[in-house]
Amino acid sequence: MIDATIELDGALKVSKFLELPQAIESYVKNGDVIAMEGFTHLIPFAAGHEIIRQKITDLTAVRLTPDLIYDQMIGAGCVKKLIFSWGGNPGVGSLHRFRDAYQNSWPNKIEIEEHTHAGLTNRYVAGASGIGFAVLKGYSGSDLVSHTQNVAEIKSPFSDEVITAVAAINPDVTILHAQQADKAGNVMMWGITGVAKEAVFAASKVIVTVEEVVEKFEPKFSSIIIPSNLIDAISVVPNGAWPSYASDFYERDNNQYIAWDDISKDRDRFTEWLNSEIYNKSSAGK
Amino acid sequence: MNTTWTADEMMTIAAARTLQDGNTCFVGIGIPSTAAILAKSMQAPSLFLIYESGTVNTNPQKLPLSIGDGELANHALTVVGMPEIFNYWLQSGRIDVGFLGAAQIDRFANINTTFIGQTYDSPKVRLPGAGGATEIAASCKEVAIIIRQTTRTFVKQVDFVTSMGFGDGPGSREKNRLRGGGPSRVITDLGILEPDPKTLELTMTYLHPGVDISQAIENTGWELKVSPNLKTTKAPEQSELDKVRALVSTSDK
Repeated sequence: MIDATIELDGALKVSKFLELPQAIESYVKNGDVIAMEGFTHLIPFAAGHEIIRQKITDLTAVRLTPDLIYDQMIGAGCVKKLIFSWGGNPGVGSLHRFRDAYQNSWPNKIEIEEHTHAGLTNRYVAGASGIGFAVLKGYSGSDLVSHTQNVAEIKSPFSDEVITAVAAINPDVTILHAQQADKAGNVMMWGITGVAKEAVFAASKVIVTVEEVVEKFEPKFSSIIIPSNLIDAISVVPNGAWPSYASDFYERDNNQYIAWDDISKDRDRFTEWLNSEIYNKSSAGK
Repeated sequence: MNTTWTADEMMTIAAARTLQDGNTCFVGIGIPSTAAILAKSMQAPSLFLIYESGTVNTNPQKLPLSIGDGELANHALTVVGMPEIFNYWLQSGRIDVGFLGAAQIDRFANINTTFIGQTYDSPKVRLPGAGGATEIAASCKEVAIIIRQTTRTFVKQVDFVTSMGFGDGPGSREKNRLRGGGPSRVITDLGILEPDPKTLELTMTYLHPGVDISQAIENTGWELKVSPNLKTTKAPEQSELDKVRALVSTSDK
């Protein structure tokens, strides 16, 4: 049925289409730098839940907006460092598990590295370009400069212009959710794609969960295609972005985002959620 | 006039009125977004709205709940990646007006969206952080800030400068090599403040109808400068109120 394959250890060819638990087990290791992108749209929640289920720890977790997905992974003890640029529950308020970890070291201490969207975007651009840093006009005038790493001022070699440099970010693994894959293992996503492309090119390994596999892609408004040779594993996970949304498949479940505020405020309620919704459920979307 | 309105409605309408048709506007979520969408149904139908999620020239029919709402993508001219948004649209100086909210503001319109109280490492209240705001404040030709005026928000010194307004006065923006002109107005639930042309300190230039200057002074955490030509904002027209109410009623909340 599906004929996309990948060479493992230079010899054995296996299908690139894996069940989600197998994809996570194969490519996500304790201590990895991981980027699970998707700007409000197409957030790979099912993959995040599988990481929690497999009790992977000590991750350096990178995302522009940690959102509920990293709040959940932080609360579950998967994360030792968070690199981000906007850390709220969009349209609702705070990320309580993130705050509890950062301020009270529960369930473990986490380190943070905070950026602006423009800065973190350009860290991915540098990583994707294979250069050690990228330049921008950014951070200037903000107190952030004195509280964060990987940001520096440099002088242009061509003029007196002083600009900001940000160090490249090269995740060990990038995980995305997309609407479709084709049988050859290419991926298409449309709607808001954020820094998806940059996060793919910057990473050593790439896992994509998709809503469905199609024979052939139809042109879509504002779509991007990620060719098969940039992808290590694809898992078919319908509803894999819930409670965020997948344009043309399902809408954002705003009630879940609101409900998370209460669930995450309290350690016991969160632990209860973790047991009932993650540990005691098998890998799947909604 | 029999018409009555809420302070938030007045603030939103006053903010919407300041946007000029044909301008390119970079919008933050919340009341700034409501005001910008409202402006498109009033005097600025061809306002070119850009959100940091990558939606370019979007014309949302209902209020987006988040910055990456599908509503913004579905009604956009195009949807692009974030490097294009931040590097090509914003950083290069192509945006006329940045429309921002904030948790705290000081007399030089520096704004804080990072934390309140104590220290960065051990904050009393941790806020979401910069997002797109730092570079929006830096690079747009001008910036409008929409914020409710209380002693909690209008503070003598912000706990953290997330995004620079005029720093500590004339020369600060130049020293920090900020491309854009900085804040041109702050629209509150009580009135409008504009930077003094010489000192750049925020000065109360308009009060909304029914608001007394003593209210504005009481709700400001520093000694508020008041313009000698203090004016009264034009009261909302029924059509403006109808539009803002219709818009707010589209919210999924």
